[in-house]
Amino acid sequence: MPEAPLTPADATTDMPVLEVTGVTRLFDVSRPWLQRVLAAERKLFLRAVDDISFTIARGTTLSLVGESGCGKSTVARLAVGLLRPTAGEIHFEGQPLSTARAQPALRRRMNMIFQDPFASLNPRWRVRDIVAEPIRAFALARGAEAVRGRVEALLTQVGLSAADGEKYPHEFSGGQRQRISIARALASEPEFLICDEPTSALDVSVQAQILNLMRDLQDRLGLTYLFISHNLAVVRHMSDRLGVMYLGRIVELGPAETVFRTPAHPYTRLLLEAIPDLERVGQPRTPVGGEVPSPIDPPPGCPFHPRCPLANDRCRQEKPAHARTGEVLVACHAVEEGRSA
Amino acid sequence: MSAPLLEVRGLTVEFPTRRGILRALDGVSFAIAPGEVLGVVGESGAGKSLTGAAIIGLLAPPGRIAGGSILLDGARIDHLPAEAMRRIRGRRIGAIFQDPLTTLNPLYTIGRQLIETIQTHLGLSGADARARAVHWLEEVGIPAAARRIDAYPHEFSGGQRQRVVIALALCAEPRLVIADEPTTALDVSIQAQIIALLKRLAREHTTAVMLITHDMGVIAETADRVAVMYAGRIAEIGPVADVVRAPAHPYTAGLMASIPALEHRVARLAQIEGAMPRLDAIPPGCAFNPRCPRAHDRCRAERPELMGAGATEAACWLHAPAHAESSPAHA
Repeated sequence: MPEAPLTPADATTDMPVLEVTGVTRLFDVSRPWLQRVLAAERKLFLRAVDDISFTIARGTTLSLVGESGCGKSTVARLAVGLLRPTAGEIHFEGQPLSTARAQPALRRRMNMIFQDPFASLNPRWRVRDIVAEPIRAFALARGAEAVRGRVEALLTQVGLSAADGEKYPHEFSGGQRQRISIARALASEPEFLICDEPTSALDVSVQAQILNLMRDLQDRLGLTYLFISHNLAVVRHMSDRLGVMYLGRIVELGPAETVFRTPAHPYTRLLLEAIPDLERVGQPRTPVGGEVPSPIDPPPGCPFHPRCPLANDRCRQEKPAHARTGEVLVACHAVEEGRSA
Repeated sequence: MSAPLLEVRGLTVEFPTRRGILRALDGVSFAIAPGEVLGVVGESGAGKSLTGAAIIGLLAPPGRIAGGSILLDGARIDHLPAEAMRRIRGRRIGAIFQDPLTTLNPLYTIGRQLIETIQTHLGLSGADARARAVHWLEEVGIPAAARRIDAYPHEFSGGQRQRVVIALALCAEPRLVIADEPTTALDVSIQAQIIALLKRLAREHTTAVMLITHDMGVIAETADRVAVMYAGRIAEIGPVADVVRAPAHPYTAGLMASIPALEHRVARLAQIEGAMPRLDAIPPGCAFNPRCPRAHDRCRAERPELMGAGATEAACWLHAPAHAESSPAHA
């Protein structure tokens, strides 16, 4: 049941860059046909993303955070059109995503930055060709001279030197490669970037460089980000709004500052409690019990109930709907009933 | 500090290559007391895992210990014959690695792996060894241990597998455990459970732990002391609270400042420009000098050794007596 999209306080009258409404994505994880028929089994589906809705306003960052298997990367792939939703709709710039993807003028306005800068750059291409590919594909500059000028400008923009274009990816460190990925992503002059764990393969000091660069670029170019990460501290640094995912559902969605200051959902609270932190030298903590259940066989009712300290019979039977508290949407019976205080 | 359990003095590890010898560790010295948790932190390639591998005698060839010594309970264990080292490994030094799937043999039940380890090192009979294996599975929090002991590794979740690996590392009751990124492959909520477990067991059994990780948050919560490594050397070593709150080495200060905080949001993260040098291009003097905001002539010419710097020790000329009047490193 899609709820009304949440409008951020600082929203302009602009339509959102991305609007995701009631999107569900199933993956078929059945055994091969013959084995399934012989064993008289039914088809088996993994519900990777379960009825999620959100919007991203122009020039802002929405982050999705969660543990492995919560469906956050699937959302990234749905948003960029690499996967199609099983149900629900995605609109980009007011148009259905499939229509938008079919038009080069709209398609070039979204791009993706991947996690692994070692796997996402072609090792046989020089950096200048890697960065020039989108420029050529969308005919954004004509003539070798103009393309070269554009590539050099992009490399400088991400903190590399123009001469680096002559090198191959293996000559760069992980952080520099991620800069090349960003230069390539910016080459099609996009407005919307989907960043799937862009710094989790990097060391902390390099991570800081890349995060600073991404925020500078956002300020300068007015970029909109969908930022996917498992690292809550990184997410806090980057986000305007935050969605916390658990087993394919967004359990809490709202302005990042509010969610971090006053987390409402028990899962968000446990997640924030669990993170090792520099400011807690030598302090004991209460670890979250249990582990994330398998998304193939999710628990009935609220998917978080087996680990939730507030769970009662209703939580075990009935899937909670999103309820709005101020600017925050929370899917939790305990919060709704006021049992969470 | 009481007599150290492990003492590493001037450890140097080299890799001969066609283009010359690469020095991956260069004069690393530290000690761990019984029951103490020493965190070793650093960025990829700083030499933290290599230090652990050298101590347990598992340096991948052609890597070799080219200098220094490693003492366990006062006796040298570097350059021991392979067979003698094999007996120390497991019995006196346990190891926990990042990926529990590669540590456990997928073809054997976890019980068989535990019992084999217990029998090899403690010489118990089959039934006694099995009882002990069940006891250890209970210790690390595996539910229904008596039944689960006959399960295979793939039947456990990631967090439970890492618990089994911890049981495997501790079941011969070693005096020292080397844990190399034990929680990196795990989700945050599981990570906290595993850290709490490791810490509790180390305290109860007065096992010393060398905890190698890139995650300063894990170190801050777990370790008693911390060694910060950079380009094959220890840049700073000291009590964890002092290193975190008042770092003496500019690299440590930069590292701490570059970690995004959970408590508040800053407009801009502090960043250390550049990247750690490659092993074949380590600059003369202090290896950190090209990236250091406070480098001066001496840093470019002369290599600093660890020296007293307040509550910690730092390899930084800012703390040389001539510099005594200068301010702390985090300017």
